[in-house]
Amino acid sequence: MKKIIIFIILLISSLFFVGCGNQSSVATSVSVVGSTSVAPLAEYESENFLRVNKEIEIAVQSVGSSAGIKAAMDGTADIGMSSRNLKEEEKEGMKEFVIALDGIAVIVHPTNKIKNITKDQLLAIFQGKIRNWKELGGKDAPIVVISREEGSGTRGAFEEISGLEIEKNDKKYTTLYSRAIITDGNGSVKQNVALKENGIGYISVGSVDDSVKEISIDGIYPTDESIKDGKYLISRPFIMLTKGDPSPEAQIYLDYILSAEGQQIVREHFYITVN
Amino acid sequence: MKKKTDKIAELVFVASAVVCILALLLIMIFIFYKGSPSIMRTGVFNFLFGQEWQPRAEVFGILPMITSSILVTIGAILIGAPVGVLTATFIVYLAPRKLGNLLKTATDVLASIPSVIYGFFGLMIIIPLIDQLFAGGAGGNSMLAAIIILSIMILPTVVSISESSMREVDINYRDASLALGATKITTIFKVMIPAAFSGIMSAVILGVGRALGEAMAVILVSGNAPFLPNSILAPVRTMSANIALEMGYASGFHQDALFGTGVILFIFIFIINLVFYFVKNKGGVKN
Amino acid sequence: MSTKLKDGILGFLVYFSSFLTISSLVAILGYIVWNGFGALSFNFFMELLPSIATTLLVIIVSILFAVPIGICAAIYLHEYAKNKRVVEVVNFAIDSLAGIPSILYGLFGLVFFVITMKLNWSILSGSLTLAIMILPVIIRVTQESLKMVPDSFREGSLALGASKVTTLFKIIIPAAIRGIITAVILSIGRIVGETAAVFLTVGTVDKVPEGVMSSGRTLSVHLYLLVKEAIGPDAFQEAFGTATLLIIIILIIVLLTQLLFRGRNN
Repeated sequence: MKKIIIFIILLISSLFFVGCGNQSSVATSVSVVGSTSVAPLAEYESENFLRVNKEIEIAVQSVGSSAGIKAAMDGTADIGMSSRNLKEEEKEGMKEFVIALDGIAVIVHPTNKIKNITKDQLLAIFQGKIRNWKELGGKDAPIVVISREEGSGTRGAFEEISGLEIEKNDKKYTTLYSRAIITDGNGSVKQNVALKENGIGYISVGSVDDSVKEISIDGIYPTDESIKDGKYLISRPFIMLTKGDPSPEAQIYLDYILSAEGQQIVREHFYITVN
Repeated sequence: MKKKTDKIAELVFVASAVVCILALLLIMIFIFYKGSPSIMRTGVFNFLFGQEWQPRAEVFGILPMITSSILVTIGAILIGAPVGVLTATFIVYLAPRKLGNLLKTATDVLASIPSVIYGFFGLMIIIPLIDQLFAGGAGGNSMLAAIIILSIMILPTVVSISESSMREVDINYRDASLALGATKITTIFKVMIPAAFSGIMSAVILGVGRALGEAMAVILVSGNAPFLPNSILAPVRTMSANIALEMGYASGFHQDALFGTGVILFIFIFIINLVFYFVKNKGGVKN
Repeated sequence: MSTKLKDGILGFLVYFSSFLTISSLVAILGYIVWNGFGALSFNFFMELLPSIATTLLVIIVSILFAVPIGICAAIYLHEYAKNKRVVEVVNFAIDSLAGIPSILYGLFGLVFFVITMKLNWSILSGSLTLAIMILPVIIRVTQESLKMVPDSFREGSLALGASKVTTLFKIIIPAAIRGIITAVILSIGRIVGETAAVFLTVGTVDKVPEGVMSSGRTLSVHLYLLVKEAIGPDAFQEAFGTATLLIIIILIIVLLTQLLFRGRNN
């Protein structure tokens, strides 16, 4: 019995040592917490950052914009990530760095013949007023609307710009079609559209691939130029934020992302550079 | 000396048992503490019977989620419970030993498959199937998809608990019935299954709990529209899915309202636990 | 309706249901493994190293917390408990804990361990949450195996003058060890498959954890994020591969428990 107890004590204490070992390295580790949309880019950046700077370790935590902003405000995270603009009450004492822009592409199934819709049609589709592809010149089939969950930065930007979001008595309501499919994440919107011949959804441009087809809005596709010069409206900023000035380590990481090399990575992954 | 170590040991054992009670209390307290303010602020009636879920406008009504949870659970039980109980019947009374063991292993494996895998399978296979067969291209992410996935997920619970309660039925019942000239099948359905009834009920109740609480698999297949469903092919959002879906991005009052949903879910689960406890103890079925 | 017809229908339903059970398992496993087996390679395994390490660490820490408490609680219920009221309350608490869905464990872990106790998203937060979640399994299975230890063992030992504690640790626990190991393996299965409670408490950092205070991403959470975010061009291939790996782990766990059970029956 004694042996067992000694064994357990040893095991537990060894764990604490592991814990302590961790404490010392925390000093050079930068925690980056927030938006699931920004997280992939932050990961790509940190992979490359690791090559130029081996002393600083970047830990990317994708838990959502709001959680990220909160973590940065209360100091749990060195850097917060947000894929939506900060609310007034979230701005106080925070320093914001826009690291990239993200276009939001409207996608349909690759076999869909529709190539372009107007902004009004887009709104009508997502409000459930146009429910058949026939009305848009396509085949006679129901339109399957796929949207994101409440609170998602992508949805927020999409609804604000497309006009889905309306204001009544100082409160913002969504007018999204009540039978729209709601799913959580770029990947699962993409997969749902890829699996449904009649589907339509919207995802970050960086996530578009061959399994779905991008369509243009009023003849304009989301590209580097069209987003930068404001012709393509549906985009949002990728923001990194810190409470007050960033720590020296966090500053080095942020500088890297905003450097030419860091912005090259932004471009490689089809996000839009900032300068 | 001996007495002393005995006393200390007993204390440790009692303390461990008390940890279970404390853990339960702690979970209750913290979920209620985080969740009830949002319910109070919305108003209990508005929260429970409101039909609109508009987080940006801070309008929180979870009637659609409650209704969907109940409907999806009933659907899953209607399919999963009979299939599970009949499978258990097969294992206990009809299958050759090897085949029975194989089936038991199969249900064990089903029980431990991560729920994300169920959801992934549903997304890739069940949804397109429903879309083609029933929905006519109108989607497929639906109450039906959630029901199918959940009925598979509750099978192991129903099978294993029904099985063990059937095994506890006195074998003499069977022999007596057979001696009276009843057929094997009649004996099973008229004598053996009724004798194991309370155990089977416990199995079904546990299945209800499992179906009601499942979130990750449901999110991927149910379509998650926060509205009262008008058909079995409509997208629905259950209470558990509501929490898991929006928790990542929610903040402030919105987050509190998700905890509020948690409170209501907890109350549902707690009632089911009470019923389970009652049925189990009444029937004298060993755990 | 004639008895023969009724028997026929009922018999058919029994066979049909069993067929459904087996075929749903075959369909799920077959589909995942068929699509995912090709993705398995040494490189793939190395890419998943952070998730594998996190999963292992979460398992170890959760088990370290839950097993001693679980065994002690089971011993209390089986060997000591005299007060019927107390036993009833403890039993009720255990059954309730078993019935709480993992999303609620996740919410609790998030408010209590991550925020209130300031443990942050970490292996420790997650393991403490999971430890509570697996307690019921450990207690119940241990209790079952304690029941199987013949009373004569106890009486014999006590009659020889051994104290109750000595009897427990020298005679009863060793006799019940197989059941306890089974409980541990079952709990490992539950932890490996858990997603909701884990991603709200352990977080999603895709790095080999440095200790219990690090965040991490378990295999199941990794799979969830792959499906949800589809990061990178081969995300779905990777998802199938990860799912296949999870299924292999699960199969090993189930086979291990079966071996232990069979060993006991012989």
